[in-house]
Amino acid sequence: MASFSILIDSENLTKKFGEVTAVDSVTLSVNEGEVFAFLGPNGAGKTTFVRMMSCLISKTSGYGRVGNFEIGNRSDQEKIRRMIGVLPENVGLYEELSPYDNLDFYGRYYRLSEEKRRDRIEFFLKMLDLWDRRNVPVATFSKGMKQKLAIARALIHDPQVLFLDEPTANLDPEASKMVRDFILELKKEKRTIFLNTHLLDEAERICDRVAIVKTKLIALGSPQELMRSLQGKKVRVQVQQVNDIIISELKNAGYRVEEVHPDSLVISVNDFTRDNPAILKIIEASGGRVKFINEISSSLEDVYLKLVKVE
Amino acid sequence: MDLHNAWTIVQKDFKVYRKKSSVIYATVALPLIIGVGFPLILNYALHRANKMTPVATVPSLLGAFSIWFIIGAVVIPTAIASYSLVGEKVQKSLEPLLATPMSDGDILLGKIISALLIPLVALYVGSIIFMALNDYFTYKLLGFFYYPNWQLGAVLIAMPFAALLSVEVNIIVSSRMTDIRSAQQLGSLLVLPFIGVFLASELNFFTLNFNNLIIIAGILATLDIAMFFVSKATFQREEILTKWR
Ligand SMILES: Nc1ncnc2c1ncn2[C@@H]1O[C@H](COP(=O)(O)OP(=O)(O)O)[C@@H](O)[C@H]1O
Ligand SMILES: [Mg+2]
Repeated sequence: MASFSILIDSENLTKKFGEVTAVDSVTLSVNEGEVFAFLGPNGAGKTTFVRMMSCLISKTSGYGRVGNFEIGNRSDQEKIRRMIGVLPENVGLYEELSPYDNLDFYGRYYRLSEEKRRDRIEFFLKMLDLWDRRNVPVATFSKGMKQKLAIARALIHDPQVLFLDEPTANLDPEASKMVRDFILELKKEKRTIFLNTHLLDEAERICDRVAIVKTKLIALGSPQELMRSLQGKKVRVQVQQVNDIIISELKNAGYRVEEVHPDSLVISVNDFTRDNPAILKIIEASGGRVKFINEISSSLEDVYLKLVKVE
Repeated sequence: MDLHNAWTIVQKDFKVYRKKSSVIYATVALPLIIGVGFPLILNYALHRANKMTPVATVPSLLGAFSIWFIIGAVVIPTAIASYSLVGEKVQKSLEPLLATPMSDGDILLGKIISALLIPLVALYVGSIIFMALNDYFTYKLLGFFYYPNWQLGAVLIAMPFAALLSVEVNIIVSSRMTDIRSAQQLGSLLVLPFIGVFLASELNFFTLNFNNLIIIAGILATLDIAMFFVSKATFQREEILTKWR
């Protein structure tokens, strides 16, 4: 079952809080070195999924593993925690302490040697341009800075897998970019990153593969694959005069009429080459005169919004 | 439970307290008041109204004063205990900690030690000052050094058990509270039964002599063990993340 290249694996993983099902039967796997987006709106179960995978909360049913360790297995939990780094939804830095001390205490929680801690801390603080402010209380830092520092904290023990729970939520655009650039920097190191986000744009720009979730897994693939397979195809038909017969005939033929205007219609189709002539025929037979048909491709954003909206 | 891990938590807490001097002042103030203030009151009473406060009342007065070390042991740790837990809850700094290999037990033990250590040191230092000043003030009247004696010895034995109980109760209370002030207020209600015992002894229902104090220490130790299991049950990763408010 265990394979070298799959680092995160879940099968029908489910979590219920009493009556509420937060994560419903999610099956996915993340390869080593991959940056994987878990994309969904608020309340989709993203945080719950990451908490289960990082052994912070128990699963209700299903199977999950990180590396070769199983998440429900008591004796494996500490081993999982050693190989992962977690950036929680709320960064939770020690505000009174300096960035140096924040990182140092986490290094000690992982029992890194003093020398190793010193090296790692210096490396990260210089990388984040914080070396000069290493002894200033974190409370004085900007939100974006804190977020980056918290990511560095999650990396202090050089984990194989990094879980980031909405790293750019609540940040202004500039700070978001700063954090995103940092993640792209980490991507170059071939670290396996599992990123929760509700921002499609972020998933598309940073990640190799995207899982769209809303309690259940709705779709999974590379951004390009998702676009190709899920893209809604529509045509806009310019008609001299739209009438009720045209609309009802189209519906009878099984077409979804998305928009009705006095001189045009927007219709969902599956296959342009097969459907366009058919639509033309129906409209002409109903007494309409088609001026022209053009094909509309929706963006991944439209697809995403449509997917997460339907229950 | 791993003592090395727990100690790291303690060191982190101490580093934070150092930046929050108000927490430390609140902790050392009362032991100093008991240690310095009470002997001064005794001295004043003995010298101002020699006849109204006969030397024979010195043991009962000092006995009553000394019980304040136990009451202090209940009150003082509430400041730090609720600060260290509710404070972390407000800052949300427990979640990243829980994602490390630290066990729940390590964290709980660290929190107990960090809330216990400063108050106990302050109280023991306070008790040394208390003994020295009282001996200084009463030696001439009594003709012997009143302290150290077994009664205060028993008080100082009961003291850490009382403090531990206070810390454990505060941990349990803090897990249900979202602001430091109300956690402290609720936690300090624990002092009421202690005041009750104190008043009962003042009203001569029983005396707080060596034997009775040792019995009290035993009762406290038993409660400590019971409350340890309750706080351990409260201090579970999943509880902290999903049920603590
Ligand atoms: N501790 C909890 N108790 C009860 N319900 C919860 C708890 N945590 C999360 N939920 C519910 O589970 C669902 C998923 O929440 P969450 O994982 O936080 O979503 P996301 O991170 O995608 O916003 C939500 O409906 C939320 O209300
Ligand atoms: Mg979330």
